[in-house]
Amino acid sequence: MTALEIDALSHHFGGLTALSNVSLAVAPGERLAIIGPNGAGKTTLFDLVTGIIRPSAGRIRLFGQDVTRLPTHRRARLGLARTFQITTLFPRLTVLDSVLLAVQGLDPVRFTVHRSRERYGHLRERAESLLADWGLADRARQVTRQLSYGEQRQVELVLALAGVPKVLLLDEPTAGLSPAETASVVEMIRRFSRDTTILLIEHDMDVALDLVDRVAVLFQGRVLAEGSKDQIRSDREVAAIYLGTDDA
Amino acid sequence: MNARVASGAVALAVLIGLPAVLSSYQLSLLTKMLIFGIFAMSLDLLLGYAGLPSLGHAAYFGVAAYTVGLLALRVANNFWIDFPAGLLMAAAVSALFGLFALRTRGSYFLMITLALGQVLWGIAFGWRSLTGGDDGLPSVPRPRLPLPWALTEGVPFYYFVLICFALATGLLALVVSSPFGQALIGIRESERRMEVLGYDVWRYKYVAFVLAGLFAGLAGNLFVYFNGFVSPSYLNIVFSASALLMVILGGAGTLVGPAIGAAVIVGLENLISAYMERWVLVLGVIYVLVTLFAPSGLVGLVRQRLGRSRA
Repeated sequence: MTALEIDALSHHFGGLTALSNVSLAVAPGERLAIIGPNGAGKTTLFDLVTGIIRPSAGRIRLFGQDVTRLPTHRRARLGLARTFQITTLFPRLTVLDSVLLAVQGLDPVRFTVHRSRERYGHLRERAESLLADWGLADRARQVTRQLSYGEQRQVELVLALAGVPKVLLLDEPTAGLSPAETASVVEMIRRFSRDTTILLIEHDMDVALDLVDRVAVLFQGRVLAEGSKDQIRSDREVAAIYLGTDDA
Repeated sequence: MNARVASGAVALAVLIGLPAVLSSYQLSLLTKMLIFGIFAMSLDLLLGYAGLPSLGHAAYFGVAAYTVGLLALRVANNFWIDFPAGLLMAAAVSALFGLFALRTRGSYFLMITLALGQVLWGIAFGWRSLTGGDDGLPSVPRPRLPLPWALTEGVPFYYFVLICFALATGLLALVVSSPFGQALIGIRESERRMEVLGYDVWRYKYVAFVLAGLFAGLAGNLFVYFNGFVSPSYLNIVFSASALLMVILGGAGTLVGPAIGAAVIVGLENLISAYMERWVLVLGVIYVLVTLFAPSGLVGLVRQRLGRSRA
């Protein structure tokens, strides 16, 4: 069974075609990088998979279940998580409160009105152990917007991991980071459970090829090439449009 | 948390003791402050927690007031029917309006809640045979409860309102500290993120909207008993706007802040309207001053000072 199956997906914004007949299949535990120049439709693809926008045509399946018309939160409950290219954290909340929201999101108590959250110790334990696991325990009480950009990125990854996702979509997790920050984020992703299927949008070729098993190249809304890292490296067409011809 | 419980208990003790030292006029002013405190806290659930700026919150207050007034005058002055009916109507109207209003965000939400509120105002103003139109419904009686004290007296009525106020504050404090209330804060901060984390954002906002309407209805119920009178001005935009101002002045998203804001506004209105007619102008000036000098309200100002003196 495939973890995520994207079947002939198309999306038009007005008259503009953002994605055209894109098909991809990702096996459970596989790590796939999606690369391509700006405007290739990479983030649109993630928005479609998470249900933030609806496709003009095509189907999306999660572990065989058709989720094409399912709202975003229902997909999250099926084990789909993502990060955003532009960090949309909870800027005025502390790191701990943010992680608590992420932990609570897939917990049965999430809609409880009549008891204080402090009475649910398991939420707090889970949030604190997540922060400890990822070396952010000393940041727990800090307000998110006071963190460095690199730390905010790490918090974002922890939020995505809180629900133990089966499929995780990472949209340029190292964009805008210094080399040192990039290294720590890459190290973090490398430590993610091998059971988690990962789709990674990444501009930095070295980062992408370092983290994944397979690569798909998007260009002008279509899948231009798909294959192992070596196949993509030696693909002349890819080199011409994306890597720059001098790499070929 | 313990400090909060302790300061709440102190505040409650003071409120219980105050009738001993206040004149009957001052006591009635304090009663009004408590009623508007409930109203402002109900709006804070929307504005401060869910981040939904409603400019039509008087609708639920007014609907409850009209329901209680009409039932008490035309059907029967029975507390056990009239009071729950007022709450039910407020919740029902907010459940209906929420379906329309929550299709929008930001300033569009502001506009549509304003428009929906004005529809009710128009009905109250125009449907003279039911609502008495501009004249309103005079001489609404206070309820008779099987108690040794008559609620027509100032002190027993004050305690009745105080019990409602304490219950409303306790319940709202519980709601905002619950997983549901914490999720509202998350939605205020980042709706998109909350969806991705598995929250059915619309459902949270809708429940918050109806709860806010319900508690606004409680305030409306109490106010019609307090004043013995309902008029279309209860549904007016000025009424909604002053509720917003109470929340902003006290500190949105702090729950107690808006109750304090309500007390300040009610007190000022009482003070100023004795000398001049231009109360709305004063409201405007207060709004400008708050946004310029205390954007996070009185509670924010106090917290800032405390933080500074500690540092």
